[in-house]
Amino acid sequence: MSSQTSVFEQANKKHASSLLRKNIRKFVNNRLAMIGLICVVVIVFTAVFAPLLTSYDPNKISLGEKNTSPCMEHLLGTDNLGRDVFARVLYGGRVSVFVSVMGALMGSLVGMVLGSMAGYFGGKLDMLLVRLSEIFQTFPEMILIMILVAILGQGVGNLVLVFCITGWMTTFRMVRNEFLALRGETYVQVCEAFGMPKAAIMFKQILPNVLSPVIVSATVNVAGFILSEASLSFLGVGVPSSVPTWGNILNAAKSVEVVSNYWWLWAVPGGVISIFVLAINFFGDGLRDVLDPKQQ
Amino acid sequence: MNNNMDYVLDVKNLSTSFISDRKEIRIVKNVSLRLRRGTTLAVVGESGCGKSVTVHSIVKLMPKNAKVSADHVIYRSAKDGKEYRLDQMEPFGTEMRKLRGAEIGMVFQDPMSSLNPVYKVGDQVAEGLIQHTGMSKAEAQKQVLDMFRKLGIPDPESRISDFPHQFSGGMKQRVVIAIAMICNPDIIIADEPTTALDVTIQAQIMELMKSLQVNDHKSIILITHNMGLVAEMADEVCVMYMGRVMEFGSLEDIFENPSHPYTQALLRSVPVLGLAEGQELGTIPGITPNPADLGPGCEFADRCPFCQDRCRQKDIPRFEVSPGHYVRCLKFDSFQEVD
Amino acid sequence: MAEKELIFQIKNLQMWFPVRKGFLRKTTGHVKAVDDVSLDVYKGETLGIVGESGCGKSTLGKTIMMLNTPTGGQVLFNYEGQFKDITKFTSQELFQFRKKVQMVFQDPYSALNPLKKIYTAFEEPLKVHGVNSKEEREKIMEDVLKMVNIQPDYLLRYPHEFSGGQRQRLCIARALEVRPEVLICDEPVSALDVSIQAQVLNLMKKIQKDLGLTYLFIAHDLSVVQYMSNRIVVMYLGKIVEIADSRALYDEPLHPYTRALLSAIPVPQIHQEKKRIVLPGEVPSPIRKPAGCALHPRCPHCMEKCKQVDPVLTRYKDGEHMVACHLYGAES
Repeated sequence: MSSQTSVFEQANKKHASSLLRKNIRKFVNNRLAMIGLICVVVIVFTAVFAPLLTSYDPNKISLGEKNTSPCMEHLLGTDNLGRDVFARVLYGGRVSVFVSVMGALMGSLVGMVLGSMAGYFGGKLDMLLVRLSEIFQTFPEMILIMILVAILGQGVGNLVLVFCITGWMTTFRMVRNEFLALRGETYVQVCEAFGMPKAAIMFKQILPNVLSPVIVSATVNVAGFILSEASLSFLGVGVPSSVPTWGNILNAAKSVEVVSNYWWLWAVPGGVISIFVLAINFFGDGLRDVLDPKQQ
Repeated sequence: MNNNMDYVLDVKNLSTSFISDRKEIRIVKNVSLRLRRGTTLAVVGESGCGKSVTVHSIVKLMPKNAKVSADHVIYRSAKDGKEYRLDQMEPFGTEMRKLRGAEIGMVFQDPMSSLNPVYKVGDQVAEGLIQHTGMSKAEAQKQVLDMFRKLGIPDPESRISDFPHQFSGGMKQRVVIAIAMICNPDIIIADEPTTALDVTIQAQIMELMKSLQVNDHKSIILITHNMGLVAEMADEVCVMYMGRVMEFGSLEDIFENPSHPYTQALLRSVPVLGLAEGQELGTIPGITPNPADLGPGCEFADRCPFCQDRCRQKDIPRFEVSPGHYVRCLKFDSFQEVD
Repeated sequence: MAEKELIFQIKNLQMWFPVRKGFLRKTTGHVKAVDDVSLDVYKGETLGIVGESGCGKSTLGKTIMMLNTPTGGQVLFNYEGQFKDITKFTSQELFQFRKKVQMVFQDPYSALNPLKKIYTAFEEPLKVHGVNSKEEREKIMEDVLKMVNIQPDYLLRYPHEFSGGQRQRLCIARALEVRPEVLICDEPVSALDVSIQAQVLNLMKKIQKDLGLTYLFIAHDLSVVQYMSNRIVVMYLGKIVEIADSRALYDEPLHPYTRALLSAIPVPQIHQEKKRIVLPGEVPSPIRKPAGCALHPRCPHCMEKCKQVDPVLTRYKDGEHMVACHLYGAES
């Protein structure tokens, strides 16, 4: 029997997912997506390894050096409390990227589970969940977020929760619709004919087939949440202002004086946000092209 | 010349290949066929044999990544007695557009998707007429009514302003045939016209097509995989396998004297009603190859019981085993070779 | 088949799907997909079920398989001489029943999950049904693949690497893994090419002989059904109109619908003069079935009685041949 198994393993290596290799080649050939991927990776790395890239503490106030323009000592200048902007952008990336990625992941997870159940079981459960998602969707998002922040209070964890609550609907609808279509596929009936448990059919058989649009929508959500985080922090209801985030850094640029005299205070975080959001969008588009089976 | 006028469509050495992933894959290889006026030519073969691609190449309805070449594709019109060289026309030029629909009508496999669900069927049928002759809508409607009556669509006056979803499958296929017929074309190309329909409805549609051929002297190209339909409908048969015409001949040639091993095997593998108990169907061993993997020589070599080494060396020429009966098989190399 | 032993006894099986309309989703009617069907299936035979699209043959198959919950009637299955009604099974009993009866579906292209290796697709049902050791599972997988002439190392490929015929053979192999007694085949060859069709049909015949299986062979193509079956059931609009020995059905079709169906099939032989009976019109929607005999608006022999009374399935000349038509009504 062991010889049999080794035959399996050998053949396995030979056939090692030609599909995956083809997909990777396709992705690498997509220049925009590659640029996006590289930007995302670079930004994430600089945020993670911030202490190695700068010796400044992002929260260290040094009033003697306030509002210095970019120079050799402070690569991107300092803010009105003399904090190093370069260090703040690097450290701020940690929080902003974490909040948006976690928010998108959690939202997708909730959407996926609820969408699977609604699509597979149908009936009353489906109707209930669809109505619920509609209520969430019709409510102006910003107001919903602000209400939730008001209830839950400020903080990184709470912001993730808020994004999760406000971001599950798109994924939910997508997964539900895919499930409705895939439920009729023959392989699902085959599994039912074998008497497989419903949860196994749902999550092990059907769900992998809807994963690719979910991944794509998650990347789009990440971009959206980065922007939401920035605007919430800008409004002062996001992450507490003591924690550097891209939104909080921008927060400094509320006054006309700053906008007109100290460009590095708003241009740098603003630019980083734009680049990151664009990069994520390109990356998501590329992923969609690769993963969409209709475009194979 | 007079003799030539007998053939309404004359195709010589038509080849089509598709470019995919920077590779050129030959789908149709040196297909030559002639359609005699007022008869039915059946193009028969399994899926992927290139039968649909062949006729689509003739009428030049091909996607951009296709490369079509031919010695000639001649259409001889009965209306003005002229010869048209389809192979020299622009695929979507005025000349070609004038011929499609007006001289060559097409019926596709799936009646459900051949009709646009948001327009009334009457308008969809009339559209070709208005396009090609420029007649007014009212006149066109009258002709559509006549056509519906002729094709046996009950209650045409009210049906004409119905939408496609209000028709059943068989009726939809009649409407599709009406669209193909409305400009009174010489040739009707029917691509698997009844595959999506039930047998009793198929029988109705086939009776209808036969009557169009007999009563209106239409020439029909019937693309099908159903040997039974071929036996009932065709005057001449063209058997295709992997882009190649393996055998071409009259109905009698093909059914009473099938010569190519593939034709023989195909006929043996069809279940026939009333088989005695215990009688086994013949099978063709192996699987249909991928067109990209084919080596030189005969396409059927890997599945053929008579295969020899020389079958795999070069393209097999056509041999004329009896007048008008051509076979691409080296078993018949004692016969006259024709190109 | 000297001693015929029953394996399935279907009594007045009924599968109605509600038609809901409007905002409140009120039930406005029923699609009577399977309407009062009674049928005996014997061990080791192939019972062909034939009819046009919408006649309820596939629904019948799925209902016998309990993939639909029937709205009425009984399905009795023979558990070593004891007949148990599977419509009243608990989910645990039903799970055990799945090992007895398996199904092969029409579309081999969507019957295998495109993201899963064949190995996984073959392993899952065995795991579910409690074959816990890996060696044992691989032994079974090898055995069933041998039966359908597919090399075991193909297991590590993905479905898209196989042709239609190979996929259907894989599906048959997978259904055989749990050692079923009955295989319900729902149009197993209609998606396949002619030359491949014959391969699969012959293979199925051989497997049946080797394993002593009972087949319920559902198809729209009467010539295929006749090739495969010992007995044939003809269905029209959810009802059985004729049951006969496969030879008898061909030699002496009784019901006007069967006759029309037989005559409509194009035969790949030339110089065969045959009379074609073309039924006028089309199959009505199963929501609005005609009163009386469902065929009466299209039937060439329609009588006054046909419009009012639905004929019952009765034995013809007290033989095996059964027909539901007033033309052969013994009584009255």
